Amino acid sequence: MDFTPHTDADVQAMLAAIGVERIADLFRQIPEGLRLASGLDIPPGLSEPDLRARVAALASRNRSETLSFLGAGAYPHFIPAAVDALASRSEFATAYTPYQPEVSQGTLQAIFEFQSISSILLGTELANASMYDGASAAAEAVLMALRIRGAKARGRVLVARSLHPSVRATIATYADRLEGVSLVEVGYDAQGRIALEEGTPGSASDGQGEAGEVLCVVVGYPNFFGVVEDLPRIVAWARARGALVVTSTLEPLALGLLTPPGALDVDIATAEGQGLGLPMSYGGPGVGLLGARERFLRSLPGRLVGETVDVEGKRGFVLTLSTREQHIRRERATSNICTNHSLCALAVTVYVSLLGPEGLADLARLNARKARYAVAQLGGAGLSERFGGPYFNECVLRGPDVVARWDRLVRRGIVAGLPLGRFYPELDDCLLVCATDVHRRADIDRLATAWRSAGTA
Amino acid sequence: MNEPLIFERGAPGRRGAALPEDDLPRDVGGPEIEPALCRRGLAGLPELSELEVVRHFTRLSQWNFSIATNFYPLGSCTMKYNPIINEWAARLAGNTQIHPLWPDVLTQGALALLFELEGMLAAVSGMDAVTLTPAAGAQGEFVGIKMIRALHECSGDPRETVLIPASAHGTNPASSALCGYRVVEVPTGDDGLLHLDDVRPLLDRGVAAIMITNPNTLGLFEREIREIAAAVHGAGGLVYIDGANLNALAGVSRPGDMGADVLHINLHKTFSTPHGGGGPGAGPVCVKKILEPFLPLPRVVPGDGGFRLVDEAPLSIGRVRTFQGNYGILVRAYTFMLGLGGDGITRMTERAVLNANYLRRRLEGGLEIAFPEPCLHECVFSDQSFAATGVKTLDVAKRLLDYGMHAPTIYFPLVVSGALMIEPTETESRETLDGFADVLGRILEEARSDPERVKTAPHSTRVRRLDETRAARKPVLRWRPAVPAGDGTALREPAPSPGES
Amino acid sequence: MEFPEDLKYTREHEWVSVEGKVATIGITDHAQHQLGDVVFVELPAVGDRLEKADAFGVVESTKAVSDIYAPVSGEVVEVNDDLPDNPELINEDPYGDGWIVKVTLGDPTDLDDLLSADEYRAYVEESAAE
Repeated sequence: MDFTPHTDADVQAMLAAIGVERIADLFRQIPEGLRLASGLDIPPGLSEPDLRARVAALASRNRSETLSFLGAGAYPHFIPAAVDALASRSEFATAYTPYQPEVSQGTLQAIFEFQSISSILLGTELANASMYDGASAAAEAVLMALRIRGAKARGRVLVARSLHPSVRATIATYADRLEGVSLVEVGYDAQGRIALEEGTPGSASDGQGEAGEVLCVVVGYPNFFGVVEDLPRIVAWARARGALVVTSTLEPLALGLLTPPGALDVDIATAEGQGLGLPMSYGGPGVGLLGARERFLRSLPGRLVGETVDVEGKRGFVLTLSTREQHIRRERATSNICTNHSLCALAVTVYVSLLGPEGLADLARLNARKARYAVAQLGGAGLSERFGGPYFNECVLRGPDVVARWDRLVRRGIVAGLPLGRFYPELDDCLLVCATDVHRRADIDRLATAWRSAGTA
Repeated sequence: MNEPLIFERGAPGRRGAALPEDDLPRDVGGPEIEPALCRRGLAGLPELSELEVVRHFTRLSQWNFSIATNFYPLGSCTMKYNPIINEWAARLAGNTQIHPLWPDVLTQGALALLFELEGMLAAVSGMDAVTLTPAAGAQGEFVGIKMIRALHECSGDPRETVLIPASAHGTNPASSALCGYRVVEVPTGDDGLLHLDDVRPLLDRGVAAIMITNPNTLGLFEREIREIAAAVHGAGGLVYIDGANLNALAGVSRPGDMGADVLHINLHKTFSTPHGGGGPGAGPVCVKKILEPFLPLPRVVPGDGGFRLVDEAPLSIGRVRTFQGNYGILVRAYTFMLGLGGDGITRMTERAVLNANYLRRRLEGGLEIAFPEPCLHECVFSDQSFAATGVKTLDVAKRLLDYGMHAPTIYFPLVVSGALMIEPTETESRETLDGFADVLGRILEEARSDPERVKTAPHSTRVRRLDETRAARKPVLRWRPAVPAGDGTALREPAPSPGES
Repeated sequence: MEFPEDLKYTREHEWVSVEGKVATIGITDHAQHQLGDVVFVELPAVGDRLEKADAFGVVESTKAVSDIYAPVSGEVVEVNDDLPDNPELINEDPYGDGWIVKVTLGDPTDLDDLLSADEYRAYVEESAAE
């Protein structure tokens, strides 16, 4: 395929205007030893029909028709047709970053609407124009919390073991180099919630008090086990120690049902937005939400859109407070982030606008019901709840031969959930099962039947 | 035509989407969630019909410039055509309806695509191994510098500094700082290039790496790059090449041959994935063998007649994402590269450089070029030819908008006074380039004859110049739900503080 | 461009005026002009100790960020509380209502190497010519 418009006549005329004989002459400033003698080691281009055939063939080797009950950070949900139709409009998709605001009011107003929606969902006073995804948003939130504590902050950042393993790993990659700051993993209790009590093995208080003050506590909400953490208790515990609280919500639909973190006095709330209007798409692109208290504004990473007026007094929107960002502060920036996931944020905005507050709440309730029905049905197939804590639309179940049965079901075209042994060796007899609005009652019944019969195979 | 905020539209009780049916028995049992953790409502979210939503966003879209409607000569951004075939590919159900944690046997197509894309990027860059996980160029830089650090620490000597030219993009020093390094600035010569003689005095055992953009932000090829790379290697440091300007090199020259140990590529620049108004993009990182063990997780590994996703490697720097990367963006880049092929990629670069040089010729009559050397895919002009009129680069940029053209990159690099960095890309026709040159000529004439018109531009856009000072002094960063006053008029009041209902 | 005679200046574009043991510090007319509209000022706290030549605060405009460096050492006794809500004072009246901090002057010899109005003016003009 060739997207260049040049005819031979064009090329000749342009070369003549420049004053050179051949295109190769234009590359003279590249030393000869660095100019490739022959072409790239990549096969020649394809016509559109051939390209389509190749790409479609690859896509068909992905078993998208699989009946899947897997969540764990990426969630299948019903997405109204209008979402992609609007978000994929080329005026949005092929627009540049809105550095010339006069000709970017579409993008800018949409992002302002996203920031507003993000704030409402997270319950925070403000939210930024988005981050790459839930994990990097959480990592940036930890860095932000440390900035707020000050350059001389020394102590521990407590990260719940019940937080998604990839989010924990990402926080470690971003924050393990900081002088005087150590990341400490805190275990979970029988409820599947972070163990902040005295004496619990791996708890925050088991003799580690002398290792330095607690600067920040990071928990999932819901956490990786699907369990809804007791945020009021966590916030009270943190406040008593002068620590900041960061939450990570990877299933954003949960915010349609749960009290938002901001309303529970959480300092920085983050989330993954994929579950609100984006397909799973093998894990990306998604969109990270990050919200915080207004007084933390100057420590906020990422882009921000603000409202203002033009010279004629007309309302308009601009990128603002850019002095926090890399292109001005360079090495003293709050982050190195140079983009937001604008188009994904737009899809979330459209989706939430279509559902509205009632729709979102109803859909969230439906999800919770689907999960409870699934847990009950699977209970009849030999799987019992591992934890006692309340869950949203995912639950950890325990039973005999979990890995073997799960494997057999995969061969039959069903992914029954996520066996946890790979991430939590102590939970190697457990399965994380997710049920959402895309699962019909018959699908869930089929899962339970298949699981029951997989034991006899 | 005015378009209010989405919150200012609609009416209570209106809903745009019909939800999936609840086909479950009424009582499904299961644990109650504590009342303190149950939301009391989502006050403030919009309540609209589907048509209202469609009208709102369709109207908003019409206020944007976009590649689909306008020419964007933005230096260093490579705003080329975003092929529609890419969009088709990314939306195939086989690509969208797959979960990142499924067993590999269910996603062999995706894994094969990723592996093939890695191979193509390795071929273009002349490197040995690739990671596709970083979300953007900036995250790619972070990953690259982090790997460099990991390598040095493995040898027992983490080192302290990274050398960066003053003309570098702001993400370079920001990424280095994020990895715990101190930045030492390397001076640029009067010819706009980096010289070994300027680099050598800065090389000591504390230097972990040098970060070089090639061609540099002035559009010039760093002629001494091999010598500089050799000197840095000699001092035990590594060479990071910022691949933002790869559209000048792909298929013609390879960073791997220049001494690069690691580089990032911006797929939303060189490889045509859409900018989306700010993102998502992707910033794959390519490395030489020496850095391969440190690549982030997960890795795509061939074996057993197919591919596996591996998420353990003892020396890896770890994870930077929830999952394996911006797959939807990677599908687009793959489709583009496969469609162009090796020959098409070379042609892409040749015509990008052809277009830039042609446009430079057309503009040189009116604008002063910053450096006399031939340019590659972009060229940089200063404001010297019009400074005397009192009209600034910013004003020229704004006046271009009135003519339906997006401004070039302005005030970057900082080393050029009132810089205008112009990159047409290969997908623009000669007529478009001539049109741009004509318009710019007209604006420069206006600067002389009617400078006020230029200084107060734009005139014909949806909004005119916006008060950025006010936006920063009194930030209004969100809409807040209105609280009706006693007489029924709606007042704007701040949202309830956390802790209140 | 104003260069009041009775003040002392630094090459980082701060000014100092001394009354008894108290030194008042701000940024110069040239500095505010370079920065553009000031949108935010990061101030130290009363009681903080400033060290000569160290950065003690930040001035931000829409397009630039600048550290403020201490021309003299001393303890902060007052900060300009009007600045957080009215950062434009620095643009409108950099030598008057736009003052930034007052410190007790620890060592009067700190003033010795500062520039006079004439020296500072010459420095600014010289830099502009480059």
